Amino acid sequence: MTKQGWLALMAAGTLFTAGCGTNALEESRARPVVERYAALTYENYTDVVKQAEALRAAVEVFVADPTEAKLVGARQAWLDARTSYGQSEAFRFYGGPIDDEDTGPEGQINAWPLDEAYIDGIIDGREPLSQELITSMNERDGETNISSGYHAIEFLLWGKDESTTGPGNRPYTDFVDGITPSNAERRRQYLSLVTKQLVEDLESVRATWTPNQDNYRKTFVAEAPKEAVLKILTGLGSLSGAELAGERMTVAYDNKDQEDEHSCFSDNTLADLYGNALGIQNVYLGRYGGTDGAGLDELVAAVDPKLDEKMKQRLQASLDAIQAIPAPFDQAIMGNDSSPGRQKVKAAIDALRAQTETLVDVATALGIQLNLE
Amino acid sequence: MRRALIPLLCLLASGCGDDDAPTPEEALPGGETTVHDTTRNAFALAARNLQGERRDAFFVGNALFNRNWVTAPASAEGLDGLGPTFNASSCAACHFKDGRGKPPTEPGEKPLSLLFRLSIPGVDEHGGPLADPVYGGQLQPLSILGVPAEGQMALSYNTHEGQYADGTPWSLEEPHYTLENLAFGAPHAELRVSPRVAPVMIGLGLLEAIPDAALEKLADPEDRDGDGISGRVNHVWDVQAGAVRVGRFGWKANQPSLSQQNTSAFRGDIGITSALFPDEDCPPVQTACQQAPKGGTPEVDEQKLNQVTFYSRMLAVPARRDADAPDVLRGRSLFREVGCATCHVPRHETGTVEDAPELSGQIIFPYTDLLLHDMGEALSDHRPDFEATGNEWRTPPLWGIGLVETVNRHTRFLHDGRARSLEEAILWHGGEGEKARERFRTLSATERAQLLRFLESL
Repeated sequence: MTKQGWLALMAAGTLFTAGCGTNALEESRARPVVERYAALTYENYTDVVKQAEALRAAVEVFVADPTEAKLVGARQAWLDARTSYGQSEAFRFYGGPIDDEDTGPEGQINAWPLDEAYIDGIIDGREPLSQELITSMNERDGETNISSGYHAIEFLLWGKDESTTGPGNRPYTDFVDGITPSNAERRRQYLSLVTKQLVEDLESVRATWTPNQDNYRKTFVAEAPKEAVLKILTGLGSLSGAELAGERMTVAYDNKDQEDEHSCFSDNTLADLYGNALGIQNVYLGRYGGTDGAGLDELVAAVDPKLDEKMKQRLQASLDAIQAIPAPFDQAIMGNDSSPGRQKVKAAIDALRAQTETLVDVATALGIQLNLE
Repeated sequence: MRRALIPLLCLLASGCGDDDAPTPEEALPGGETTVHDTTRNAFALAARNLQGERRDAFFVGNALFNRNWVTAPASAEGLDGLGPTFNASSCAACHFKDGRGKPPTEPGEKPLSLLFRLSIPGVDEHGGPLADPVYGGQLQPLSILGVPAEGQMALSYNTHEGQYADGTPWSLEEPHYTLENLAFGAPHAELRVSPRVAPVMIGLGLLEAIPDAALEKLADPEDRDGDGISGRVNHVWDVQAGAVRVGRFGWKANQPSLSQQNTSAFRGDIGITSALFPDEDCPPVQTACQQAPKGGTPEVDEQKLNQVTFYSRMLAVPARRDADAPDVLRGRSLFREVGCATCHVPRHETGTVEDAPELSGQIIFPYTDLLLHDMGEALSDHRPDFEATGNEWRTPPLWGIGLVETVNRHTRFLHDGRARSLEEAILWHGGEGEKARERFRTLSATERAQLLRFLESL
């Protein structure tokens, strides 16, 4: 409440000078940070595409000759692919290429939760399967009618998770002709098409961040630093608060329902959450993988070193809190509020909330009013 | 200080908030709940002043709102019980992105976010519509496996031509509805059908927080002021209270509260029973419907209902765009001069809501009086609904209306989505809206564009 009151005193989106005449977003200091962001975004999406291609290769091997071992291989490739994608979600929520209002493929890439019956309905139907059909059915007539993307593939590889100790356990024979259930051929075809579509969608996003092209990246790095930094922070704050602490954790925590966990078929939820939090930390530090460059931390340290320290602590605390949740997530949320699992989930939610508040303070220190919804 | 002036002005002006100068508050139509977003998510956000655990509760309700209900029995125990007959399997199916539904616009498309209420002459024990003995209170075009769907509604249109005073022609599409593939034979000879499209979900908690007394005060059932506009409060049956209450939600203001609106929709649209409405909509002749497995008694529990209702109360209203642009300001004046503001009352103040400080004491700009008005024969559904006649409709709020196209990728307006644009929606106004429509008809092309610009800025 108090923070809102304080923010309301400022004119929306104005740039004001932070302390002692230091311009926090002064060109020479801010431009490299914006450029580094664009570079690390491209590095991240490059990994995303690479791992999606590996997933596609594993899926093709599996559908060509379905065996238990090949199904396990495809599942592992899916799990691997999630690590880089989770981090890349730090680039969402400001209408950038991934979720541009008109052209952003995000809803086709990572929509969840999904209604299992919906995909089965398409597979059991008669419509000739094609990428166009699969994408046109996505989100048709309902927000959980998801037919494409990572979680559709996840459902096809794992099936419903009805186990209290592990993930879903779809038999590979679901993809073998002549064994129940029927439609194995259409299931194979669907899996193949939906994975191909995912790779294409991810490639289209990566292309917008390719250096030295006439693309989104070019306009992004040419913007006034304040505009670019506002976008960067909007992405971090939205992922940290409403999406991660809210949609992805609180809902499942409150409902105690595994239907509400992010990767409910594979039980990969904890790794997903960790990837998201890591993505936020990456951007703040200007780091991706082994490469560290100019991050927001440099800008904040120049105007408020204490706040920079606090931000770094909070980012790490969130990662630690997520790591402390006992796997699998769908069991950690069960029981009463004094159960260790639920307490750990709650602690992680609280850590993310605190981190979100500090992100708002960081924006303020940089002379930006962050409107987080 | 400014706020203190407004009550004084009210004594002088014909209606509250009619003072002509735009106020800074107008840019934030949802008061402190207002959010700044112009994307596809503009209708999907939590009230800006919703904090902490209450904000968490919003996300929980949101998940339920989006979730598909499934056929009973299912592994998702809390979410089974769909149907046996239904219109959609989730709230969000019709309120996609918390926005507006539409009639079918592509060949072969079936009405999804457009439903059809059914009744026969007479009233039930509480003065509400009397359900058709064979098809019940709402047409159910979908069903679970093994249960016949009731039937489908086919749409056809005929065109009405007209022109503005400056000679610019227009054409309006009047829909006609025909029942097809009826599973249980002919309906009642005097069946009444009311098409209704899913409305936008924003600001509903604020509308609920406008005191009854304020609505009664705006009402002018006998048109004592002689302006040709009556405006009546609908009085409807509140099931929970077991009493008659002011109606304010729904196209005919036939629901007294959001909780009853939502609970009714669960049963009528998704086929989910609750403590309030424990019976499926399975009339006696529909035996397969009656015998289908249930998803529990009731199918949705109190906790989930409360979560969805909390969510529906706390959806934020988006801020105005370009509120200060000269064209918009000119349009704003025209909106008042033409007479739109007589029913689309811009400004209200919410009362104190015990369990919702976020919604209490807010100055809001929904552009509605929540009252019933006779809109003329052309819009009539000829189906009374409590005290509302066939010709009467509740003034719909206009806040957020300029973002419908962004959120829902269409511009279909009015109760059945017949208008293909805001302009057509205005042209359909008849009855008490006739005078205002006629003034609009005589505006210049520039003025018409300015008025529309104003609407788009809302």
